[in-house]
Amino acid sequence: MNEAMQTASPRSCFLSIDQFANLFEVLHALDYEVIGPTLDQEAIVYDRVTSVEDLPRGWTDIQEPGKYRLEQRDDDALFGYVVGPHSWKQNLFPPVSTLSTADRTDEGWQFTEVEQELPKYAFLGVRACELAALKIQDRVFMEGPYVDPNYQGRRLQALVIAVNCTQAASTCFCTSMNTGPRCTAGYDLALTELPDGFVVEVATPLGETVIDALETQIATDENQRQAEAARQQAVDQITREFDTTDIRDLLLTNLEHPQWNDVAERCLSCTNCTMVCPTCFCSSVEEVSDLTGDHVERQRQWDSCFNVDFSYMNGGLVRNSIRNRYRQWMTHKLATWIDQFGTSGCVGCGRCITWCPVGIDLTDEVAAIRESQT
Amino acid sequence: MNSTCSTTGENSITQANSWVPHTAVIREVTREVNEVSTYHLALSDPALAKAYRFQPGQFNMLYVPGAGESAISMSGDPDSPETLAHTIRFAGNVTRSIATMEVGDTLGLRGPFGTSWPLETCVGKDVILVAGGIGLPPLRPLIHRLLAERHQFGQLNLLYGARSPDMRLYTKEYRDWSEKGLLIKETVDRKNLGWQGNVGVVSMLLERLEPFDPAQSILMICGPELMMRFTARAAMQRGMTHEQIWVSTERNMQCAIGLCGHCQLGPEFICKDGPIFRYDQISPYLIVEGL
Repeated sequence: MNEAMQTASPRSCFLSIDQFANLFEVLHALDYEVIGPTLDQEAIVYDRVTSVEDLPRGWTDIQEPGKYRLEQRDDDALFGYVVGPHSWKQNLFPPVSTLSTADRTDEGWQFTEVEQELPKYAFLGVRACELAALKIQDRVFMEGPYVDPNYQGRRLQALVIAVNCTQAASTCFCTSMNTGPRCTAGYDLALTELPDGFVVEVATPLGETVIDALETQIATDENQRQAEAARQQAVDQITREFDTTDIRDLLLTNLEHPQWNDVAERCLSCTNCTMVCPTCFCSSVEEVSDLTGDHVERQRQWDSCFNVDFSYMNGGLVRNSIRNRYRQWMTHKLATWIDQFGTSGCVGCGRCITWCPVGIDLTDEVAAIRESQT
Repeated sequence: MNSTCSTTGENSITQANSWVPHTAVIREVTREVNEVSTYHLALSDPALAKAYRFQPGQFNMLYVPGAGESAISMSGDPDSPETLAHTIRFAGNVTRSIATMEVGDTLGLRGPFGTSWPLETCVGKDVILVAGGIGLPPLRPLIHRLLAERHQFGQLNLLYGARSPDMRLYTKEYRDWSEKGLLIKETVDRKNLGWQGNVGVVSMLLERLEPFDPAQSILMICGPELMMRFTARAAMQRGMTHEQIWVSTERNMQCAIGLCGHCQLGPEFICKDGPIFRYDQISPYLIVEGL
């Protein structure tokens, strides 16, 4: 979706739950592959969805540091969960992709760009923190001196249907990062779920096209009041506060702080926090050869600064301890990302806290460094 | 991004997909010293070969299918880009594969990438180049440029430290460089029979350099991180400031375009924000161990 095309004051309407079921047909008719929340592996994960029946109706997720559990709700909400381990980056920046191929010919090696099949995605259920993450990855992959053509091709034709959070997890801190919970930009349509349907904000001509294909009603004052109350519920549930005042300088002037040793004793260097992070973009390239060695593909795979050999150079490791690797991750995410891209690399989604097997909480780690300064 | 450095990619071959290598053929191989050779490459596509330009200090990614890519600095004359010289030490998987290749063999090439030595700041100034070991090749294109426009600069010094006398690079060119106005001073870590010159670290040459006008000098350093720190410190003790010192940095590079994350040093992506930095920009991070 193109943010510039987003209208200043979004049109709002009411979409009944029955009409919502028709959304999938509308999107399929427009050649979109719909990616949305599904129940799988005892978690809510993003995957291909073809009908409303694929959505996690009546389920929610309980999250705490190092803990994620599904639980049944006492209603039939379709989007009554917060965020799972997946993020949309897996669709725009796939975990494995082929960058180029090499073939041995009589004239020597010939190199070819891989013809990428660029799926046309409709992302259904994008949260405010995730809209912020999409914007951050756009900066990384499309707005620097070099553009990643694979990401760009997928991103520019993606339709974004956002869903405002109506509840929060204990790990959420989007309010501290100014990224949510209200969806304010970066979507084509934004939904707020009510018991009998959705209040829909239409932000782009593309969103208009989709919503015009469905039967909608004028959103009543009562609808709007209910939607506002539902959204306020999420705001009220966010209790985690993260003081980001001068955080760049706080961290970069404390590169030898004893807290790094403290966290290193707990951190397993397992890479989970980077894999679930919706903005982490580190990758490595591997050579994949056929048996003759005459056809070689270069494959890009997600990597992590927590992997031991990530900093390998000249026969040695630059970051040879967990302390150094945790410091690299956190100072990049919260401090040097600002130098590089003009924004924090953290959107406050809380995934790194939930999916850390030992429950390391980056907000606590920063607070410990901050407290030692006063 | 360092605004005082040459902008990233200004000499890049225009292409939509910077990930895809071009075919380059080995035209000539010059053995320099033990385990170090210079490969003169030519791009196979005539139009690309004609359009290719680089600035001193920039690097290419050289690719051997099956082995992988390695970032190698340009070591040739930027004003003769018909063949592209890369002086390579055979140290890792990729460079050891290149060591087995011969004239006529092909490999992949992406680039040029990275920032360049700021030649414009040298105009009217004395220029001191300090190289340690395999740090001389990235300075050689700059030597070509400085000598080609000799009248624009004051005194030109090259201070070069090698492990041993037989590990000194480009010794056949020293007479030519000297005749064109480059003052060369050398030192080695370990001498052998017949070596009459200096023994010791290269920063010592800077400590002793005469005549020396700190206010009028520009210093450019390429070598191991520790050597660059000691050299910069020696320069500052003699009255130079951070702003007059430039270094070429090194990290593991995989994408060369700031997209893979491997080469970060503090806030910098060495591949696109570097490898050449003004010292004050990078020194706070060079001194932190394991960063």
